[in-house]
Amino acid sequence: MYTQGLNQATENGGPEDADRLARFQAKIDREEKIEPNDWMPEAYRQTLIRQISQHAHSEIVGMLPEGNWLTRAPSLRRKAILLAKVQDEGGHGLYLYAAAETLGVSRAEMVDRLLGGQARYSSIFNYPTITWADVGAIGWLVDGAAIMNQIPLCRCSYGPYARAMIRICKEESFHQRQGYEAISRLAEGTAEQKRMAQEALDRWWWPSLMMFGPSDADSAHTSQSMRWKIKRFTNDELRQKFVDATVPQARLIGLEPPDPELRQNEESGHWRFGEIDWSEFNEVLAGNGPCNRERMAARRKAHADGAWVREAALAHARKTRARAAAGA
Amino acid sequence: MADTLTATYALRLGDDALILSHRLSEWVGHGPELEEDIALANTALDLLGQARMLLSHAGECEGRDRDEDALAYGRDVMDFSNLLLVEQPNGDFAQTMMRQFLFDAYAVELWPRLSASHDEILAGIAGKAAKEATYHVEQSAAWVVRMGDGTEESHARIQAGLDLLWPYASEMFEADEVEVTLAEKGIAVASSDMQVPWQTRVEAVLEDAGLAPPQGAGLRTGGRQGRHSEHLGHLLAAFQFLQRAYPGAEW
Repeated sequence: MYTQGLNQATENGGPEDADRLARFQAKIDREEKIEPNDWMPEAYRQTLIRQISQHAHSEIVGMLPEGNWLTRAPSLRRKAILLAKVQDEGGHGLYLYAAAETLGVSRAEMVDRLLGGQARYSSIFNYPTITWADVGAIGWLVDGAAIMNQIPLCRCSYGPYARAMIRICKEESFHQRQGYEAISRLAEGTAEQKRMAQEALDRWWWPSLMMFGPSDADSAHTSQSMRWKIKRFTNDELRQKFVDATVPQARLIGLEPPDPELRQNEESGHWRFGEIDWSEFNEVLAGNGPCNRERMAARRKAHADGAWVREAALAHARKTRARAAAGA
Repeated sequence: MADTLTATYALRLGDDALILSHRLSEWVGHGPELEEDIALANTALDLLGQARMLLSHAGECEGRDRDEDALAYGRDVMDFSNLLLVEQPNGDFAQTMMRQFLFDAYAVELWPRLSASHDEILAGIAGKAAKEATYHVEQSAAWVVRMGDGTEESHARIQAGLDLLWPYASEMFEADEVEVTLAEKGIAVASSDMQVPWQTRVEAVLEDAGLAPPQGAGLRTGGRQGRHSEHLGHLLAAFQFLQRAYPGAEW
């Protein structure tokens, strides 16, 4: 990967590129931020565009499963919390797209790639929200897993991404606590509510573990991204952190993750968990998850239905400018 | 001591905010552009916040031990007293924004006046809502103009929205005994005071947008008395589902 990146970077450059690359890496090694106007290898730029836009798309598609319960939240307080949360996700999408735009790609291009099926989003959002407990489970587990991934990104070598992540992480951690509070309420509620909570944990547990991506041995991007300090921990390290944090939270409220092999290692304190079914992960990634088609159809419909609105806004802006020019 | 009149009045305003907030929340994740998605959610949140305070206040005035959730989730259609305008379906973005504009232009007249209410709680809620209504109407009026002036298609759509919703506007200015009595006591705002300023603002925006209200479209009314359109029942069926399916559960 590294050699390949270097070759790509030298293609349009010259003999200085090896030096530039060394200076670039030295800057990263000194923990200095790379800023939009700084020179960067093309592979670094492309890696970030891929990662940040994927993250932005995940926020936007992620509005759908929880948005599914906006009209059915069981109390006005829960409705307000959920509305604010889904709105936050839209806001995260907005600044992530803006961060990616500093790398020379437009939001329209990124959205086209999402709607055209070339860009990915987190596959967790291809699972359905069937009951109200799923809203709590998403906050607790999905946002919980996202935070594990995202806190190290606050120190990412690319300045605009790192800064966007600081605010995002604050909000995500709030969401995680709200989700846990919501599912705790169910777990201590009536038998029916408790069943709802356990059943949501049963469905979301394994997909949440898969959110960290393939095992280190099978991960295509890890080593180069770590050298570039885009990534600070490996997928397996983060997954372990998540399991260690989450198992005690589940047990505290009387819920049990659906893994008969779950055991705490007395020496290390780590929770050992069973084998992840990667065939399911790969199926969802390939577009065959329970809601892949629905999620993309909803995004495409919103975009298509909104086309005339966007055209109207542009036409009005053009006319306003023309009138101002004629009047001036 | 129960104050049925103030309870009824607060409930009306609370129901308006609650039902319109719910309609806007249906858009979230499906807006025409990300910024608008966020703006719709934001307005929905403001309205929900108003609704919660108004319903809580109505419950306290009523003195029947009903909190915001008991009132929101425990009443059937005939006991909701919102304007028919706010329960009308979203339709396209033009219809949503026209509904919003007609309502915001009313809210921006209502809340500053009500912030002088002799009912201190109502006055406090109104003071907060007045600030929110100011930017809501800025947003919705700007969209009405953009769509009216934009393209042939957007003009046709926003005019269709106006044609559809115009008949619901007059209900905002209907006074009844509840309002008249409370207005005399300095607790409520007399709707008739707001009609002319509302009309002036609406006409100015419609003119900027190149739109004209329909002629002879008739009037639709009845919401304040619990006589609603068919749409409200469907809205409540989704909204109240969990509270109905699991009576007595805490969420």
